[in-house]
Amino acid sequence: MGERVHDIAGQGKGPDRKAAATRDAYGKALLELGKKRSDVVVLDADLSNSTKTRSFAHAFPERFFNMGISEQDMVGTAAGLSLTGKLPFASTFAIFETGRAWEQIRQTLCYSRLNVKLVATHGGITVGEDGASHQALEDIALMRVLPEMTVIVPADGLETEQVINAIADYHGPVYVRLGRSKVPVLMPDDYLFRLGRAHIFHLGKDANIIASGIMVNEAITARNVLGERGIDAGVINMPTIKPLDEDAVLRAADSGLIVTAEEHSVIGGLGSAVCELLSEKRPTRVRRVGVKDRFGRSGKPEELMRVYGLTSGDIADTILGELNR
Amino acid sequence: MSFVLSNDIAYLKQRARDVRIEILKMLTVAGSGHTGGSLSGADIVTALYFFKMRHKPDAPDWRERDRFILSKGHAAPLLYAVLALAGYFDKGLLTTLRKIDSPLQGHPSSRMLKGVEVSTGSLGQGLSISNGIALGLKLDGLDSRVYCLLGDGELQEGQIWEAAMTSSHYRLDNLCVIIDNNGLQIDGFCDDVMKVEPIDDKWKGFGWNVIDIDGHAMSQVTDALNRAENEKGRPTVIVARTVKGKGVSFFEGRAEYHGMAPTSDELARALKEIG
Repeated sequence: MGERVHDIAGQGKGPDRKAAATRDAYGKALLELGKKRSDVVVLDADLSNSTKTRSFAHAFPERFFNMGISEQDMVGTAAGLSLTGKLPFASTFAIFETGRAWEQIRQTLCYSRLNVKLVATHGGITVGEDGASHQALEDIALMRVLPEMTVIVPADGLETEQVINAIADYHGPVYVRLGRSKVPVLMPDDYLFRLGRAHIFHLGKDANIIASGIMVNEAITARNVLGERGIDAGVINMPTIKPLDEDAVLRAADSGLIVTAEEHSVIGGLGSAVCELLSEKRPTRVRRVGVKDRFGRSGKPEELMRVYGLTSGDIADTILGELNR
Repeated sequence: MSFVLSNDIAYLKQRARDVRIEILKMLTVAGSGHTGGSLSGADIVTALYFFKMRHKPDAPDWRERDRFILSKGHAAPLLYAVLALAGYFDKGLLTTLRKIDSPLQGHPSSRMLKGVEVSTGSLGQGLSISNGIALGLKLDGLDSRVYCLLGDGELQEGQIWEAAMTSSHYRLDNLCVIIDNNGLQIDGFCDDVMKVEPIDDKWKGFGWNVIDIDGHAMSQVTDALNRAENEKGRPTVIVARTVKGKGVSFFEGRAEYHGMAPTSDELARALKEIG
């Protein structure tokens, strides 16, 4: 095992390096972007305190539009603003943004290929106590299926900041899925996010874990646990779900076993995207760690991750099972 | 030849007749499409493009142009006829409506045809988009205006009322909605399918300036568009009472011609009527 192993060995445990929720990183990045670019406008649907768009709202009240509790209208208004050359960021909870306003996103944003950034928070099961109604487990599938749409799930605060800046320079509709709960900083200090590019922490000989969002942290821990048992499992952070970094997936397939890990339904998300690619280009054994076609429920984030099989232990067990160890 | 607006009512009426003729011809060639709702809005959209809106057919992206959003996207033939007659593209293109490889899609696509501001066709979405444009124009300090044509059946979509609240909340006096109130939708009379009346009171309740007109009386249309521009501090809606299929007696008031194109025989009779 090379040096890289030690680089990430310390990151799955021990004291958090500036642990922060990706939504907090979004709020900061948006504020900074607003200072740099006068074309940035922000819309929210009565959740600005939770989505963290509020700091932008306070700094630039004339460029912030609270749309009230009306996600469909928010998406349409963002579309109109983009038609006058503005760069709109529209935020609310992931399930309302992608679910309630799905057809507006399809018809207006994607079909006309408008330059609107949908940055949703409260994605996934770790929303916690609010329960199933507020836990988006289908949002990535809903967005991934749309032509012209780009789908991004950052793993930590550092990556989130870079994603926000990167999509500001990209013309077209983008969906970014952020989380409610704190995550440790995982990406190296010199990391540079690039649209459509995976970050390969390490390529394993026995298996490779392709993960996104908070599951990257779980994947790193799983790799460390497996390493202690003499199994070389690689970790790939796949922040851009669409367009998928096909090259990275194909390289990961060299190990003969891929495990995908996502805080989302196993239907339609990262796991599906990886399977779709490999089944056509290089059939490879794939196992998907994710929510197994179920609704969420109330509980603490860490309890829910355990109940829904989204822990590092679930990833490690999946690999052990496949390797007959 | 540069494009010039006109306030000559006789000229505008003639233009509306030309628009109706082009609508009927292209629909007949296409063999499918929305006849009734294209004809009912013909006088309104003619007035917008030939009387009211500042626009440049040879520079469709001109920053200071007024915008028109066809929220009732199924009236695409109406928009195409007006755009062609205004000089946005060659009139010959109209006969490609709904054909493979044509930029004239069944419902308008902004990526395929210059002059179409945004793709529409799924009802209920145009007013939100118009609000966003109106907000953006205000941010830029431009006095350009936004016009949005809604169907009356379309008022059954919930998003319209979300958007109606937004226009009023943000005091979008650079926005003017026109409702093509022809009283019919695919399944029959709006009043039978899902009652939308009283339309005026609903919009008043949402804080709008409401102007009620006969949507086929050209001088009433032009007058209402001028009054809308003079209203400050709130958005204006022009409730235009219209007749579905207007201009062709055997199409008028018939729900079945919502989504049916004329036959060649019907076209010949219709053209004779319009004269």
